[in-house]
Amino acid sequence: MLLDFEKPIAELEGKLEDMKHLASDSDKEVQAAVKALERKILDLKKETFENLTGWQRVQLSRHPDRPYTLDYIYEITTDFIELHGDRTVSDDKAMVGGFGTIDGQTFMLIGQQKGRNTKQRQMRNFGMANPEGYRKALRLMRIAEKFNKPIITFIDTPGAFPGLEAEERGQGEAIARNLKEMFQLKVPIICIVIGEGASGGALGIAIGDRVLMLQNSWYSVISPENCSTILWRSWDYKEQAAELLKLTAKDMASLSLIDGVINEPLGGAHTDVKWMAAEIKKTILSVTKELQALDPHERISQRIDKFCSMGVVKE
Amino acid sequence: MSWFKRSDKGILTPTESKREVPDGLWFKSPAGKIVHTRELKNNAFVVPDEEFHVRIGSAEYFELLFDENKFTELDVNMESADPLKFKDTKPYPKRIKETQDKTELKDAVRTAYGKMNGLDITIACMDFSFIGGSMGSVVGEKIARAMDHSIKNKIPFLMISRSGGARMMEAGLSLMQMAKTSAKIALMDEAKVPYISLLTDPTTGGVTASYAMLGDFNIAEPGALIGFAGPRVIRETIGKDLPKGFQSAEFVLDHGFLDFIVDRRSLKNKLSTLLRMIAQ
Repeated sequence: MLLDFEKPIAELEGKLEDMKHLASDSDKEVQAAVKALERKILDLKKETFENLTGWQRVQLSRHPDRPYTLDYIYEITTDFIELHGDRTVSDDKAMVGGFGTIDGQTFMLIGQQKGRNTKQRQMRNFGMANPEGYRKALRLMRIAEKFNKPIITFIDTPGAFPGLEAEERGQGEAIARNLKEMFQLKVPIICIVIGEGASGGALGIAIGDRVLMLQNSWYSVISPENCSTILWRSWDYKEQAAELLKLTAKDMASLSLIDGVINEPLGGAHTDVKWMAAEIKKTILSVTKELQALDPHERISQRIDKFCSMGVVKE
Repeated sequence: MSWFKRSDKGILTPTESKREVPDGLWFKSPAGKIVHTRELKNNAFVVPDEEFHVRIGSAEYFELLFDENKFTELDVNMESADPLKFKDTKPYPKRIKETQDKTELKDAVRTAYGKMNGLDITIACMDFSFIGGSMGSVVGEKIARAMDHSIKNKIPFLMISRSGGARMMEAGLSLMQMAKTSAKIALMDEAKVPYISLLTDPTTGGVTASYAMLGDFNIAEPGALIGFAGPRVIRETIGKDLPKGFQSAEFVLDHGFLDFIVDRRSLKNKLSTLLRMIAQ
C-alpha cells in the first residue's frame, strides 16, 4: 500500500526501474544517470521521512504491513511460550503475553495484538482489549514478579474496547488497577509504543521504568479522528487534530512524557522488520541492564517520581 | 376631602423587591416537580419524594461534609498553563479564562482538609461546570498533592468525582495525570491511608479508568452515570440501543464494581461511621 506522501518517491523509483531495464552494463552515460537518480531518490526519501507531519506518522503507525507485537516477539526471542487467560472470564486475543528468552535471559513479554487479515483482525478485535485482556496482562506481570523476570510491554492499540460487555465487566476498573499495580511491581518494566498508543487503553500496560516510542508511532489521550469529531463534529480535521495533540514520538519526548525514541529504518518499520527488531532487542538489553543495577525499591520510587513530575501548571 | 391621607406620593416600591422570591429560586426536576431552592438546599440538593440527586459542585459538597463548613483549601491559586499552545475553536488560555469568569473556579477540582463529624479528612471534589469536569495537569496535580497531605498527616482521603474524563486540550499531559494519581494511590496503600472514592453523575473516561475506581471503597450516588466509554460511543460500536439503566450506579453495583450506593442526605454520617470502624 502506498501512502500519499510516498507517491513522489514511488514515481522516481518507477523511473529508475525503467532506466535500469533500458541501460546495458557498458553504457556509462546511462549508468551515471542511474546513480544520480538513486541519490535523488535517497535524498527525497530522507527529506520526506524526516519532515513527516503528525498525521502522516499516524498513517505509518497503521500501515497494513507494520509489524505487530508477536512479529517482534518472534524476531527477538529464541524461545517463546505464550500464556493465556485471565483466570476469570476468558482469554482475550487482543492482548498476548508469555515468557521469552532474549540472549539467554528470560523476560515476560506482553502486548496488544492486531490482526493481519479480516479473519485475524476480527479474532484480535483490532487490537482493542476487553477488561479480561488487562487482567490477563496483570496476571502475567505478577508471575514475572514472582520469578523475578523483567517485563517488556508492546503498546499498539486504537483504544480499549468500548463495548457493552466491556462496561459490564469493568473496563475502567481493569485499566485503573493496572496503573496502580504496575507502580508496585518489583521487577524492571520497559514499555515500547510500537504503533498506536490511544489513551487509557494504551496506558493500561504502559507504566514503566522506561517508556519508549518507535519513531513513527503515536501516543496521546485520544485519536486524531475522535479529537476532530469532538472539536469540529467531523473527521475532516484529523490532520489538524494530529498536530494539536503533539502525539508523535519526538513531541512526546520533548514534553518529557516518554523516556526516549527508537529510530525506525528509512521508510518505516515495515520496510525492514529484521533491522527494526534488532534495534528493539539491542535497546531492551541495554536498558534492562541499567534497570537491574538498581535496588527494587529505588526502581519503584524512581518510577513513581517520574510519572508524578508530569504535568504543567501555573501557581 | 379624602378619608385617608397619603404620606408619600405614588408607588415607590420597586417591582423586584415586592416579589416574595427573586428569579432562579425554583428548581424543576427532570420528572417535572418544582421545588424551592431553599427546600432543595435543606435536603442536601435531593428533590424531596423523588430521590433525584441534583448535580452540585465543590462548594456544596464542602458545606455538606465539613463541620460548620470550616475547611482549609489547598493550592487555591493553581491554574492551567498552555504547554501545547492548543487552539481549537478558541485558544485554550482564552477558554480557561472565560470558564474561570463564568464559574468563579480556578479549575475542575478543589481540594481541602478539615473535620467531618469530628474526624480529620482530606476531600478532593470535582466541579463539572468547569469544562465538563475534565482532568488536565491542574486536576491531576491538585489531587496528587491532596493525597500527599493525607499520607503525611495519616488522615483519610475522600475523592468526589464528577467528570467526562481527561482534558483533550492538554493531550498527553492529561493522559499522564491518570498515571500520576494512580501512583499516589499506590503510596496511600503503602501508608495505609483509607481512600474512599465517591462517583457522582457523571463519571466516565480517564477518571473512571484511574482514581475513581481505585478506592478501598468505591461508592456512588443513586442514578449516577458511571462508565469507561460514553453511552454514545458504545451505541455506535455495537449498533444497537443500550439496555435501560445501562451504566447507572445501580448497574455498576450489580456488576460488582461498587461497595454501596449512598443517598446524599446520609452521606456524611455513613462515611464517618465507616471511617470510625476502620480507625477503631
